[in-house]
Amino acid sequence: MRTAGGQPRILRYATMNHIKESFMKTVFLAAACASIFCVALICLFLFANGVPAIGRIGFVRFLTGSEWRPGNNLYGIWPMILGSLYVTAGAIVVGVPVGVLTAAFMAKFCPDWLHRLLSPAISLLAGIPSILYGFFGLVVMVPAIRVISGGSGKSVLTASLLLGMMILPTIISVSETAIRAVPESYYQGALALGATHEQAVFFAVLPAARSGILAAVILGIGRSIGETMAVIMVAGNQAVVPSSLFRGVRTLTANIVLEMGYAADLHREALIATGVVLFVFILLTNLSFSLARNSERS
Amino acid sequence: MMELWKLRRRPLSALLRLCVTLAAGITMFVFLILVGYILVKGIPNLEYSLFEWEYNSQNVSLVPALINTVSVTMLSLLIASPLGIFAAIYMNEYARKDNRLIAVVRIAAETLAGIPSIVYGLFGMLLFVVALRWGYSLAAGAFTMAVMILPIIMRTAEEALKSIPDSYREGSFGLGAGRLRTVFAIVLPPAVPGIMAGIILATGRVVGETAALIFTAGTVARVPVSLTSSVRTLSVHMYNLSSEGLHIKQAYATAVVLLALVIAINAISSALAGRIIGGRG
Repeated sequence: MRTAGGQPRILRYATMNHIKESFMKTVFLAAACASIFCVALICLFLFANGVPAIGRIGFVRFLTGSEWRPGNNLYGIWPMILGSLYVTAGAIVVGVPVGVLTAAFMAKFCPDWLHRLLSPAISLLAGIPSILYGFFGLVVMVPAIRVISGGSGKSVLTASLLLGMMILPTIISVSETAIRAVPESYYQGALALGATHEQAVFFAVLPAARSGILAAVILGIGRSIGETMAVIMVAGNQAVVPSSLFRGVRTLTANIVLEMGYAADLHREALIATGVVLFVFILLTNLSFSLARNSERS
Repeated sequence: MMELWKLRRRPLSALLRLCVTLAAGITMFVFLILVGYILVKGIPNLEYSLFEWEYNSQNVSLVPALINTVSVTMLSLLIASPLGIFAAIYMNEYARKDNRLIAVVRIAAETLAGIPSIVYGLFGMLLFVVALRWGYSLAAGAFTMAVMILPIIMRTAEEALKSIPDSYREGSFGLGAGRLRTVFAIVLPPAVPGIMAGIILATGRVVGETAALIFTAGTVARVPVSLTSSVRTLSVHMYNLSSEGLHIKQAYATAVVLLALVIAINAISSALAGRIIGGRG
């Protein structure tokens, strides 16, 4: 290969190589910046389309108005904000105790063979699309709640139960990781002080994993605020503040999907503004999630 | 026996143990009843007419929706996979650990991962459908999905690259290979199963997605003829069937097909992920 004229050819090869290296490095860098670009685009398009509408309706009237009647030009999303918060709180009440205890079971109580059964089941639960959860809620849970409480069966309670089921896999897997990350010495120390296995797990290991468990809860909150299709099918979707657990409720997400298909002008912009409010909620939960996780690291 | 005797002496411990077992039981119950109900009610409703080529209101065929799901998935993976993998290569192979940009990219990716699908739907509608005038189309749906799955592919690819020991890279550099060659010839090949696991995870997300597709890809139940055709994926089809309430039998059957798809995707993904762990140990 390296004949009389080898030197220049090697040089040429080296420059070619250099160009290729730096070109590809730029490509990789550009790809890495793609997600920053996407976030910027999403913010830009949502805010540019939603914020003017909030301005025209009036910031306070939009957020705290309790009437949503697009036909009469009344755009108050207070019932939807409350609705989202209610079903999310319900989901946390249902999902967190079961999820965290299941995580404790899987990390500290369960024999190996059972773990090999449970863990794929939980990852499958995480993978089941929300539309299937919604369908299940519609054909199984709604009739069941109807029998118990009367009415239509589509209610805050139904939505909370279904969302509680849906956030289970998230809560379980994140908490299990957190529980397993607690140093074994905590457990051993508790045993040495005379605690039983259960006491050691609950009073030494779980408290040490609390910031990880908190992160799991926040992740669950994010998931249930953002959940759309499943909630639409079981919540009833009345745009009024529910007076009891058995009344129908409409969430922010449902508001968008239900009316976007036919909305026009200010109505349409008000729906996009609903999306902006939802987006801000999610950014706040994301922020608290990273705070919780950072405090876990330090 | 010993265990039980000890527990009776300590009621608190017994109670705690009861709680965790009960919780695990509830989780298992949720899983079994969810999957079991869909299978038991759905399988008897699987009829030949559901699998006819053309959709009409008589046969309520799911084949066009299935084909649409496959095309949206393929297209979005085609867009997001190179981006995600290249980004992961930059993050893991090129950037220094204390690089500021990396921190910003991480935050951006985490933000993307947390955004709910309906917000993606709004964004896709505003950008692709309205601003770029693509209309409800396969392309608009696929691009929206690509943005949605980008953080998943990026994160899993980064994990996969991280799991390749540094000695591989050192060996390659020692033999005189450049960085680019090291990445493509040495680091990337053993990371492929991990990257694939992430891509299949992303596939699962797209297959199950509904809210983000209704306002970007639309709801036309026909096989697409071009990138601008409006398409209805299987999940959107499922939503239409169950919210109309006219074809409840077919809705059950469609649910089974969707569930089977998700189970298959899940199994492949965890098999691949298992291969990485097996390879490492």
